[in-house]
Amino acid sequence: MKNITVRYFAMFREHAGLGEETLSLNVSTALDVFEQTRSRHGSSEPIGHCKVAVNDEMVDWSSAVNDGDTVLLFPPVAGG
Amino acid sequence: MFAISDEEIPVGDLRKGLTDSGAGGLCVFEGWVRNENDGRAVNRLEYEVYEPLAIQEGTKVLEEAKQKFPFLRASCVHRSGLLEIGDCAVWVGVVAPHREEAFKACRYIIDQIKNRLPIWKKEHYADGDSDWVNCERCANVNAQSGAGN
Repeated sequence: MKNITVRYFAMFREHAGLGEETLSLNVSTALDVFEQTRSRHGSSEPIGHCKVAVNDEMVDWSSAVNDGDTVLLFPPVAGG
Repeated sequence: MFAISDEEIPVGDLRKGLTDSGAGGLCVFEGWVRNENDGRAVNRLEYEVYEPLAIQEGTKVLEEAKQKFPFLRASCVHRSGLLEIGDCAVWVGVVAPHREEAFKACRYIIDQIKNRLPIWKKEHYADGDSDWVNCERCANVNAQSGAGN
């Protein structure tokens, strides 16, 4: 198990009802974190155009996560 | 220079800041808040921005644009917070010796800013409802037609 701090933004924050939480998760990749937190909060948002960052660096979903990491889950962006 | 601002974008100052004696022209794109989307009347918009990564990624976009379409100077500022109809939500300015690079770089910058930066838009409708803009659909439309605001 790894202690992972997960931060939620925009619609993800509203689905979760909080902006951040630290969880003990059995995860290997950023994708694992997305899937486990999605089922935890009952969100149905498809991964589609969602993005992820680990420790303030944009990464691929297949990137490894380590104990103590902060994972930022971004719903589809809408700048401009 | 790329920045996020929670106040009105100082368009005049940004324009002056791009002055360059080698410049043959300035190409500007301003994104404005409009009063409807998909047939629904919109009263105002709210932008949520994750600033550390928005600034990092926005700066990267300007550097990429300069590599692709060599220009002299460029600036881009995106708003955060609550905006009213007609407000300027994003400003892009590029100066170059000739219009070709200025137009192309400006287009590249606004397209990348819309698709890559951690910025989210919530529309507040005239009927009292509000919703996050579904940009999976926006991204698909933009890819096909270059549409958007």
